Amino acid sequence: MASQDTLRTVDTGKVSPLNDPKIRGIFFQALLFVFLVGFIYWIIGNTIDNLQRAHIASGFGFLERRAGFDVSDSLISFSSDSTIGRALVVGFLNTLLVSVFGIITASILGFLVGIGRLSTNWLIRKICMIYVEIFRNIPPLLVIFFWYIGVLSVLPQPRESIRMPLGMFLNSRGFYFPKFDWGEHAWLIGLAFLIAIALAVFVKVKATQRQMTTGQQFPVLWTSLALIVGLPALAFLLAGMPLTFEVPKLSTFNLTGGVQIKPEFLSLYLALSFYTAAFIAEIVRAGIMGVPHGQSEASHALGLRPGTTLRLVVVPQAMRIIIPPLTSQYLNLMKNSSLAVAIGYADLVAIGGTVLNQTGQAIEIVAIWMAVYLGLSLLVSLFMNWFNAKMALVER
Amino acid sequence: MRKALLTGVLSATALAYMAAAANASTLDDVKKKGFVQCGVNTGLAGFASPDSKGNWVGFDVDICRAVAAAIFGDGSKVKFTPTTAKERFTALQSGEIDLLSRNTTWTETRDTELGFNFAGVNYYDGQGFMINAKKLSGVTSALQLSGASVCVQTGTTTELNLADYFKANHMEYNPVVFEKLEETNAAYDSGRCDVYTTDQSGLYAIRLSLKNPDDHVVLPEIISKEPLGPAVRQGDDQWFDLVKWTLNAMIIAEEDGITQANVEEMKNSDKPEIKRVLGQEKGSKYGADLGVSEDWVVNIVKAVGNYGESFERNLGQGSPLKIKRGLNQLWSKGGILYAPPIR
Repeated sequence: MASQDTLRTVDTGKVSPLNDPKIRGIFFQALLFVFLVGFIYWIIGNTIDNLQRAHIASGFGFLERRAGFDVSDSLISFSSDSTIGRALVVGFLNTLLVSVFGIITASILGFLVGIGRLSTNWLIRKICMIYVEIFRNIPPLLVIFFWYIGVLSVLPQPRESIRMPLGMFLNSRGFYFPKFDWGEHAWLIGLAFLIAIALAVFVKVKATQRQMTTGQQFPVLWTSLALIVGLPALAFLLAGMPLTFEVPKLSTFNLTGGVQIKPEFLSLYLALSFYTAAFIAEIVRAGIMGVPHGQSEASHALGLRPGTTLRLVVVPQAMRIIIPPLTSQYLNLMKNSSLAVAIGYADLVAIGGTVLNQTGQAIEIVAIWMAVYLGLSLLVSLFMNWFNAKMALVER
Repeated sequence: MRKALLTGVLSATALAYMAAAANASTLDDVKKKGFVQCGVNTGLAGFASPDSKGNWVGFDVDICRAVAAAIFGDGSKVKFTPTTAKERFTALQSGEIDLLSRNTTWTETRDTELGFNFAGVNYYDGQGFMINAKKLSGVTSALQLSGASVCVQTGTTTELNLADYFKANHMEYNPVVFEKLEETNAAYDSGRCDVYTTDQSGLYAIRLSLKNPDDHVVLPEIISKEPLGPAVRQGDDQWFDLVKWTLNAMIIAEEDGITQANVEEMKNSDKPEIKRVLGQEKGSKYGADLGVSEDWVVNIVKAVGNYGESFERNLGQGSPLKIKRGLNQLWSKGGILYAPPIR
């Protein structure tokens, strides 16, 4: 033993820097870094050289130029006189719009179907299974085409629109509903709504306190609902009903007035929601099944009803399993929204494509696409990681 | 992150290489590989579409075949790359195709900023509008189109002219924009839009592919100039010259009355102009100057005929389109086709 110890100390003292694993590690890291930087520098230089030699313009100056084309759906004001940069912002907002709505709907639908697959009711269970197996196994582009060509484009022409109650119309140009024109004092209603929410939160806090101290329960849900519906309604009456509707009317070509949701948005939104919901359903099912059966048995033994068991015992534990794979599904949905280009929805890729064509600056546009999608994805990941950390089991 | 970086680096490498490839002499490349790689439309009746046997036919296709005939003496030594309006310029810039003959409008931006050269005009066109006359019986002029939904293909001059026209006439419209011609056609046919707009020649061609062609009419207004022509990359004058003079030769052949049927006979003509054009002049080196053989015009005419023959076969009376020559008639017969002389 002693001799070995002396040997080792002698060895470490004599080791040359060439054989030191730490120094070697740093050396090779540095070498790789220098190589990578050099490679990127060479690529960029080479590309710029060749673009110049081929007489192709480069740089981001084109973003300041007049767009010259129109965009059908825009959340911000846009005309052909706006800049190309603004056109790209319009596309970005449209991508965001369809992604956010898609994520919300897919989550709700996915949770319902996922729980439905574990239902004790045979019919519900089978219907949910068929839903999942169908949508999970069809490429998203076909789902989009199904909605666009199969469902929405066979609807009647504007002149033969399907009339629905409350001044709503459905035709091959989309879904129309009346626009709310708020009159004077309409802000009172918004104020009442905010007060109602504040009161509801207050009631919830008080009720929890009471339950903790006395064990008595209070019908929080119904009280909150009454507050949130009742107070704004009261304010609406007091303000003298300051609301008129602008109902869509038929003109030469289209229905005008009201709000129009175009079939391009509608089919993309429905397709993305239905497609992603199938995956979310499986994740939810896996999450719930990952909670040991003993947990529900224990809560049943405590006398909790099935609904309460699910809400208070099973789902909170299942969430820890669900959230990480759910993040990838949200990212997938967002990236799949670029399939919009196939049906003419003006998302970032579609508008970027138009710009690319009108200006011919492919490298810049592709760089913008990559940067935006990467940035968005990282943001979503960041948020979901935060949410995951919040939901994680706090060890005491 | 690292993956994204790698992908970025790889695609940049690819672009860098493609840009480098674009610099070699195109004519040498073409001769070496034995065929012309030609970018055409994905399917526009009369201009470029595959026939029932899968052979590409059309007016733009004939330009490709004529160039191949001038180089190889064989109009079939062409490989076709169908391109959408959006892909076409990248395909030419990157060197994927040698020649873009795809009803493409010659504009200043495309000539300068995109780095192309237009070898001339093979079809003088203008943008028009098509509507379903059965559904919109009251509409007889484009000025009545305020409030309409308009189907248009993205990345075209059409898209820009449309915005300008409606703005200039203080009219509103609702653009419905698609990337592919087929998608645009389907959307118009299903009634997603009231109006279809593109070059008038295109409208006539598209009308034939609709469910009930007779229900649709092309409105009389022409709202723009659309000189369509073949394009090549800037910076390769030899190739540019060859494509330019191939087109000119087709027009000159029509002026001189040289046709597919009589070209062999015409070789024995004693008219100096015809002898010169067909390479029968003693010691002539017109072909050599272009980098091809002396009987290049003979080969072109044998392969596709003269300009007029190609026009009538693909677009005119010999085709279902029945488009009149109009502006695309020779200058001597009331049109504006005018080719510089071979001398």
